[in-house]
Amino acid sequence: MAVFPSTAAAEQAERRTGAGGRGGSGARSGAGAGPGTTGRGSQRIAYLFIAPIAVGFLVFYIWPLLETFWFSFTSFGAFGGNSWVGGENYGRVVQDVTVGKALGNTLLYMVMGLMTLPVAIVLADLMNRRGLRGVPVYRALYFVPFVTLPAAVGLVWNWLYNGDFGMVNEALSWIGVDGRYWVSDPSTAVYAIGLVMIWSHVGYYLIIFTAGIKAIPQEVYEAAEIDGAGPVRRFFRITVPLLSPSIFFASVICVINSLQQFDLIFVMMSPENPALGETQSVVTLFFKWAFDENSQGAAAALAFLLMLLIAALTYLQFRFQKRWVHYA
Amino acid sequence: MRRRTLLAGALAAAPAAAGAATGCSAGGASARTSDGRTLISYGMWDPLQVAGMKKIIKAFEAEHPKISVKVQVTPFTSYWTTLKTAMRGGSAPDVFWMNAVNLQLYASEGVLQPLDPYLERDKFDMGVHPEELLRMYTHEGTHFAMPKDFDTIGLWYNKELFDKAGIKYPDESWTWDTVRDAAAELTDRRTGVHGIAAEMHNQYTYYNTIAQAGGHVIRDGRSGFGDPRTIDGLRFWTDLIDRGHSPSQSAMADTRGRQLYLSERVAMNYDLSAMASQMYASPAIKDHGGVAVLPKGRERGTTIHGLANAISGKSRNTEAAWQFVKFLGSRKAAEIQAREGVTISSYEGTQDTWVKSMPEFDLKVFTDMLDYAVPYPASKHTAVWENLQPQLLGGPFTGKGGIEDASRTLARQMDLALEQEK
Repeated sequence: MAVFPSTAAAEQAERRTGAGGRGGSGARSGAGAGPGTTGRGSQRIAYLFIAPIAVGFLVFYIWPLLETFWFSFTSFGAFGGNSWVGGENYGRVVQDVTVGKALGNTLLYMVMGLMTLPVAIVLADLMNRRGLRGVPVYRALYFVPFVTLPAAVGLVWNWLYNGDFGMVNEALSWIGVDGRYWVSDPSTAVYAIGLVMIWSHVGYYLIIFTAGIKAIPQEVYEAAEIDGAGPVRRFFRITVPLLSPSIFFASVICVINSLQQFDLIFVMMSPENPALGETQSVVTLFFKWAFDENSQGAAAALAFLLMLLIAALTYLQFRFQKRWVHYA
Repeated sequence: MRRRTLLAGALAAAPAAAGAATGCSAGGASARTSDGRTLISYGMWDPLQVAGMKKIIKAFEAEHPKISVKVQVTPFTSYWTTLKTAMRGGSAPDVFWMNAVNLQLYASEGVLQPLDPYLERDKFDMGVHPEELLRMYTHEGTHFAMPKDFDTIGLWYNKELFDKAGIKYPDESWTWDTVRDAAAELTDRRTGVHGIAAEMHNQYTYYNTIAQAGGHVIRDGRSGFGDPRTIDGLRFWTDLIDRGHSPSQSAMADTRGRQLYLSERVAMNYDLSAMASQMYASPAIKDHGGVAVLPKGRERGTTIHGLANAISGKSRNTEAAWQFVKFLGSRKAAEIQAREGVTISSYEGTQDTWVKSMPEFDLKVFTDMLDYAVPYPASKHTAVWENLQPQLLGGPFTGKGGIEDASRTLARQMDLALEQEK
């Protein structure tokens, strides 16, 4: 399965060099290949070049993945040592009522995360208008929240949301709206966090979409304009379809990230917060089990199931991309 | 992070200091100093108590010239994870602070030194410490830690707000009904003052009323949250919220009950004895603050919790560590600690010093309540079922859903968790 467009391209390139090697036409392989290097030789060099990242990937991703899988069948002592318990941990994941709730919340975070994309597309389109001044300033303003530490973002937003002294309620009172305890009211907390999530990630997708829009040929717009298409029509009939490869990439990244939502919730929700249960994600639940309650085994099982869910959703996205993504 | 419940008060009192006094906590393994003295390390979390501890250590070293003690402060938020990791790696301090939530886990996993052989050999009488505390630090009939101090919960009130409403101050004649009536009278919608802070906090609020209602949290390894009396103890608080005599838990998650009391926005608040020094430091509360015994329900009750000193099972200098723990459990150490005014020493007859250290408050009520104090409930994996409480009780404490159903669900979930412990 091709994971990312870039990987797919690399694979294709590799296949090409491989064929070259077998055909024995050394001259055709890579422009950078030195004198006397055969196709097979350059292939070896290619492996050498990807070795650092491959080793890192194996050590920091694949190995922990296998370890987590192994741990999910064991029970841990609080002070070290583990023993095989079979499927008991998976049994707990299935039975525990908090897991279902956390899963529901996590999917809600995913939906809210995906809502970042339309916002980012509209902003990117607005920022690419001809004659707009100060674009770098806007871009920086939108990007700053993304590179700010989530812990700091969470703390500041908690102050803004404070029911008694927060600026959000203050601002609402100017227009005569009664405020509420946004992050500690069980009915609003999850959306309050979702809003911060959108706010802090919109800059990242904005950059992706800006690059995508810049790649759309200007003639297409000019032709549409001559045919009498207004700005709204141009946006929906030209920008969005031609941007679909970028949208696809962004949605894959967005789903993977938002299913692992942790830091904002961890920072913004105190242990005494009555809305805690309504905002808990699968990863915060994992953290609680592993580090608070000494059940690393069950936590590993939960983490492994989350990985399977992410893999399945990513697979589905790739499966259905043909229906709506236009590669120009 | 997490588990800021117990005695975290003292920590909350000085968050800035907590950050500053992290100290070095690496390499706790004991060793010998260059002049041949045995060096032992002592792990603790409260920066407010460091000065007092250093005085105690000085007195100890004067008596035991061959032993030297090094203090390691780790902030409470990371104390237990750090200690657990240090235990695995073999670098845990020789002697360290223990609380009720963690004792049974540590004792049953065999990482604490049993004290009984030393107690018998040195004929040390543990009877000088309150029995509830000793029970808290006993696992399967063996003592695993030496009590150091204790905390009970009292009713803190604001005299000025009481005067304004024309109500008599709380005293030992008060019952739940008196509290309800007073809370109603004291609530003033115009000024935004509430009668009481019905905060969803186990140690400060509902563990006390559960005991007063004749209920229980855990007994013989089973949850007590399904017991109708336990539910009465919880309903006492949710009723106050439903009637609008207390802010809802949503409000108190944003601004804690203690903060509301300190800023004179609630007239009554159930809080720790260890908070006395913080109340004393606030000029308004020093003037208007007062404290009384907890009002009576079906019976009297308050939650007692205390810290204790334990010896690591992996210590290489258990003899020196024991000498230090023995000294910490002595009258001399208790008196030095009491003079510092931060906590109530557990050693019999040393409490007066603390009681007299803040004459504006009637601190004697905290030691008076010892007669009927109920130990802080715990099991091997206390944190597991404690985490369930805010999650399942949060609804009723914000006026959503009945407390009875929530409590029964909590009982079922807690029983499942307790089943796992076996």
